[in-house]
Amino acid sequence: MDEICTGLCRLMVDSGAEPGLAQFVSLLVGVLLVSGVPLLTVILLIWIERKVAARIQDRIGPNRVGPIGLMQTFADLLKLLGKEDITPTAADRLLYNVAPLVSFASVVLIWAIVPFTPFHYGVDLEIGALFFVAVASFGTLAIMVAGWASNNKYALLGAFRVVSLLVSYEVPLVFALLAPVMLAGSMSMLDIVNAQSGMWFVVLSPLAFVIFYISSQAETGRAPFDLIEAESELVAGFNIEYSGMKFGMFFAAEFLHVFTNGILMALLFFGGWMGPLYYESPLLAFAWLGAKGGIIYLTTLWLRNTVPRLRIDQIMAFNWKCLVPLSIANIVLVSLALKALQELNLVPRQLIGASFVDMLPATITLLVINGALAIYLLGILRRRGQEARREAQAAPMQFARATAD
Amino acid sequence: MELNAISIGFVVFTIFTLGGGVGVVTTRNLFQGTIWLMVSLFGVAGYFVLLSAPFLAAVQILVYIGAIAILITFAVMLTRSVTRVKARYIRLVPSLLASFALFLILLLGIAVPVFGEISPDIAPVTVASTRDLGAALVDENGYVVPFLLASVLLTGAMIGAIFIARDDTA
Repeated sequence: MDEICTGLCRLMVDSGAEPGLAQFVSLLVGVLLVSGVPLLTVILLIWIERKVAARIQDRIGPNRVGPIGLMQTFADLLKLLGKEDITPTAADRLLYNVAPLVSFASVVLIWAIVPFTPFHYGVDLEIGALFFVAVASFGTLAIMVAGWASNNKYALLGAFRVVSLLVSYEVPLVFALLAPVMLAGSMSMLDIVNAQSGMWFVVLSPLAFVIFYISSQAETGRAPFDLIEAESELVAGFNIEYSGMKFGMFFAAEFLHVFTNGILMALLFFGGWMGPLYYESPLLAFAWLGAKGGIIYLTTLWLRNTVPRLRIDQIMAFNWKCLVPLSIANIVLVSLALKALQELNLVPRQLIGASFVDMLPATITLLVINGALAIYLLGILRRRGQEARREAQAAPMQFARATAD
Repeated sequence: MELNAISIGFVVFTIFTLGGGVGVVTTRNLFQGTIWLMVSLFGVAGYFVLLSAPFLAAVQILVYIGAIAILITFAVMLTRSVTRVKARYIRLVPSLLASFALFLILLLGIAVPVFGEISPDIAPVTVASTRDLGAALVDENGYVVPFLLASVLLTGAMIGAIFIARDDTA
C-alpha cells in the first residue's frame, strides 16, 4: 500500500481519510485525467485541422462561431447530437452500434501509456510499445466491423480496403517501432524517453522515423492513404450509414489518432518531454512534449492537404516492395551496428543520463549506416522511376494497362 | 475463494472466454461468430494479465485478435451469404462424446502425474520479467534450439504458402 499510495492519495491519508478510499479516489482522478486530456484536446484539434486545411486550400475556414471560429466544434457537436440516430434495418444492430465505441476507445487507450512528464503518466507498462501496437489493432477491427455491420456495398468496400491497408502498414510500423526499443533496451515508454537524454533517437535512426511517420499516416487513413473513405469513389467509405454522434465518434477517433501519433513520435524519436528545465518544472516538460507533438501533427496536416490520393495497387506495391524490405534492412543493420558498438565500448552502458559527447561515436556510426541505406534506396527508386517513364513514353496505352493490373 | 481484485478479474475473464466460446458455436452468422471468437481470445489475454505475464497478454491480443482473427474475418467476409447459413451440423451424440473425451484427457493430464511428478508450487516464486523471457529465448541453456526450430518451421510454412498461392501465369 505504501509504495502505490503517493501524491494525492498520501495527502488524503495524512489528512485523515480511509486509506482504501484515498487510493480509490486518487486512481479515479488519475484515470479521469489521462482520459480527459485526449477528450478535451480533440475538441481543439478539430478546429485546428479545419483551419489549417482551409489555409492550405486558400480558404478562411470556420470564422463565425465565437472568436476566430473557436466555438465551431461545439456548434458541430450540438448539431451531431441533435441529428436522428439511425440504425439501418438491414444492419447488424449490436455490431453496428458497438463499432464507433471500440474505434474511439482504441485511440483513448493509447493515452494510458503516454508519459506527459517524468512524473506524470497513466501507467508505466513494461511492455508499453507493444501495448500501443496491440491496442491500435482494435481500431482496425472497429472500422472493419463498422463496414460489415452497415450492410452497405460502399461501406463493405471501405472495410475491405481497411483490412488490406491497415494490416499491411502495421508491418513496417512495428519494425520501425523496434528501432527506438532496441536503442533504449526497453519497451517502457518512460525508459525510451529517458534514454534520449544524450541524443534524440531521430538522429540515431532517421530512417526508422521516416518509416514510422509514413506508416502511421497510413494507419490513420489520411491522404495519400485515404482509400478507406475515398469520397470520390466510396461516398464515405465505412461510415456511410452512420449518422449523428455515432458518426461523430469515428470522426473524433480519427482526429485524435492523428494527434496521438504525433505525440507518440515525439516520445519515441524526439525525446518526449526533454528540453531546457524539464526536470525542474513538470509544466514545462508537458509543454515541450505538446510542442514537439504539435509540430509533427501540423506536418501531417500539411501532407494530408497537399498530396492526392494513391491507387490501392500503388499503395500496396509501395508498402510491400519498398517500406517492408527497407524496415527489415534497417533493423538488421541498426542491431548489428549497435552490438558492434557495445562490444567496442563506444556506446554508454547506461543511456539514461548519458551526455551528448558520450553518444557521439554511436550517433556518427548509425548516421553513416542510415545515410548509406537511404542513398542505396533512392538509387533503386530513381532507376525504377526512369524505367517506368521510358515505358510510358514508348507506349502510353500499354503502360496504363500494365500498371492497372 | 477469497474475494479480491484478482478473483473478480478471473470471474470476468472467464465469462469473456466461455461466453465468447458459446457465442462462436451458437450463432448462425459466421461474421458474428468471428467476433465472438475475438471476445473469447480477449478473455484469455486477461488471464495472462492476471498471471503477471503482460508480454504474453499483449502478444495474445496482437497476434490472435490483431492478425489471425482479422484474417478469419476477412475470409468470412469474402464468402457468399455469410448471414444465411442453412447447413447445420446436428450430430449431437458424437460431438458430445468427442468434447467430453477431450475434456477428460485434459483433466487427466492435469490431475494424474503422467508427465512426471507435479510439484505443489507450479507458480514461480519470483515473477519473471519480459527481459528474462527474452533472454531465455536466446540463451544456450534456455530455449534457443526450440526457438530456432520454430522460426525455421514458420519460415518454411510461409514460403510454402506463398508457393502454393502463387499465380502460375504470372
